[in-house]
Amino acid sequence: MADTPILLREQQYHQIKAVLARLRMDSSAKVVFLVDKDGQEIASQGEVGNLDTTSLASLAAGNVAATGGMAQLIGEKEFPTLSHEGEKDSIHISVVGRLLLMVVFDERSSLGLVKLRSKQVSHQLAAMFDEIAAGNYDDLDSPFAGITDEDIDSLFS
Amino acid sequence: MTFINYASREINCKIVYYGPGLCGKTTNLQYIFDSTAPQARGKLISLATETDRTLFFDFMPLELGTVRGFKTRFHLYTVPGQVFYDASRKLILKGVDGVVFVADSQEERMDANIESLYNLQENLQTQGYDLLKIPYVLQLNKRDLGNIVTAEDLAAELQQKGEPVIEAVASTGQGVFDTLKAVAKQVLTELRKG
Repeated sequence: MADTPILLREQQYHQIKAVLARLRMDSSAKVVFLVDKDGQEIASQGEVGNLDTTSLASLAAGNVAATGGMAQLIGEKEFPTLSHEGEKDSIHISVVGRLLLMVVFDERSSLGLVKLRSKQVSHQLAAMFDEIAAGNYDDLDSPFAGITDEDIDSLFS
Repeated sequence: MTFINYASREINCKIVYYGPGLCGKTTNLQYIFDSTAPQARGKLISLATETDRTLFFDFMPLELGTVRGFKTRFHLYTVPGQVFYDASRKLILKGVDGVVFVADSQEERMDANIESLYNLQENLQTQGYDLLKIPYVLQLNKRDLGNIVTAEDLAAELQQKGEPVIEAVASTGQGVFDTLKAVAKQVLTELRKG
């Protein structure tokens, strides 16, 4: 069955941001992102600056999906981590359930440290998202519940 | 898959343009990119071969505006149309909220349209979706060419469930925004249903 929508409460969002901030500090990384496997950016922390985080999230998901497809062709379930090393900046991506934890780092850090710290917070993030997925959101007013046809049309005018 | 963030008050939805090779999926996105104000859209990412054939996907985020205080953002993707890229097409359909099928109106591409439509149904099913239930639009592209099948015949052959059928010439922009609007409207209406 297709995945259900992700609904993120304000408090949950800030909790996730706090975990990412700690990971960023502990791994001496430049930026840390949490992205869902469909390519939607959920949260980020760090020197985002002019970085096109939306495109980065989409490409990271494409990257993981493609290597995951390769993994299955050779009989593996998936490749749980991916690393790309550049001249100055590098990227490490780890798969955490339906999420991707992406860390961008430079010479101030190392792949070993990033891997270690990412693994340490993976369990925590997985538990947080299990809770989010199982949560009851009946109390949240859907922004679309009372939407009219005119509201929708106004987006295109 | 829709992502609603109550903290940043944003809603993100994913729309995929599907269809046979060279039907104009990338051209649709390129036209939207060229005609949208830079502040309303991100970069157009195109993972293409040296001959501009889509290798993996094209991607473009588009912000449509605010509904009830929530920023509404659509992530537009195309799939590679060529038959042998099926593994990539499957991956791109993951988490889709709405699909546009871009049909090539030329007579000689009729079989390719039918094959691609069948492939879409199959790949959606693999991802747990049913074409008959998800927001869906049929675009009849290349209406400016000489050797085309009539819109009625194309619709009779390709229309699945009474979805909107829009005639287009993606290279000049005709029908491009009407198509996007038709699919986006269905996605938002689905969200209203909850």
